[in-house]
Amino acid sequence: MKRVTEKTFSQSFSIVGREFFDAGKVSTEIKTMLKELGVDAGIIRRIAIAMYEAEMNVVMYATEATVTLELSPKAIRIVVDDRGPGIPDVELAMQEGYSTATTEMREMGFGAGMGLPNIKKNADHFRIDSVVGKGTRLEISISMN
Amino acid sequence: MLLSDLQGLLMCEVFSGEEHLDRPVIYGCASDLMSDVLAFSRSGALLLTGLVNVQTVQTAYIAELTAIVVVRGKKPDMTVQALALEKGIPLLGTPYSMYEACGILYRAGIPPTMERSTDPGSTGSK
Ligand SMILES: Nc1ncnc2c1ncn2[C@@H]1O[C@H](COP(=O)(O)OP(=O)(O)OP(=O)(O)O)[C@@H](O)[C@H]1O
Ligand SMILES: [Mg+2]
Repeated sequence: MKRVTEKTFSQSFSIVGREFFDAGKVSTEIKTMLKELGVDAGIIRRIAIAMYEAEMNVVMYATEATVTLELSPKAIRIVVDDRGPGIPDVELAMQEGYSTATTEMREMGFGAGMGLPNIKKNADHFRIDSVVGKGTRLEISISMN
Repeated sequence: MLLSDLQGLLMCEVFSGEEHLDRPVIYGCASDLMSDVLAFSRSGALLLTGLVNVQTVQTAYIAELTAIVVVRGKKPDMTVQALALEKGIPLLGTPYSMYEACGILYRAGIPPTMERSTDPGSTGSK
């Protein structure tokens, strides 16, 4: 789905949980797209890192997710809305080092408990809402200047 | 130092990205934890790792790392090599252990990319 208006460009993507081989496809696609659009390199790196961490979390913990990317001359906004187990204690999950990753995930290089704090660090605006048994919605935006 | 110099120093085999060996090596980091790399590495850093899978290459692309050096003679499988080629990430392998490889590069003057979070007077990882 592609929609281009004068002010905003928006596009949706989907992520499938447990598909470790494909993990990172959406983030790298977004990164390549922003590069082609000529967005500032520093901003692209922050978006790409935040997006990749969010994508890995969906792959590791959730069933599926819809990603919406919105681009305006002022900011980039990303919403990652997943269907999954949700997070029982968001405050705890936000702490550096907290992780429920399995041995398998740790063997792949994940489970440092750094993903969510790093998403927050890279974003200008960060919001996470989670409902146990339903899913998690992550919203971030990064201003263009 | 260029990647081609590093190739000699660490006796590297080049799995992909032969054409990028003229890239400079400015700072290095060593980790098997991809989230740590994403949180603390700077753009242009070299990654030394014992972990080589699709996620290692994706992480290098996302964080704009200059190259991946796989330690202790591990061989990346063909899918990983193909992805590295596609993403333009040089993928090298050294027979040295992580400790030795880091020591050699550090002695050759390559500074770290990761900030020390426990430095007295430092503001932490931010
Ligand atoms: N989308 C999600 N759905 C359900 N649980 C999640 C989700 N994202 C994060 N979590 C929970 O929050 C914890 C912390 O997440 P965070 O991304 O900070 O670290 P991690 O994924 O465990 O490790 P790392 O990101 O460093 O590889 C996870 O271990 C998991 O329990
Ligand atoms: Mg994570």
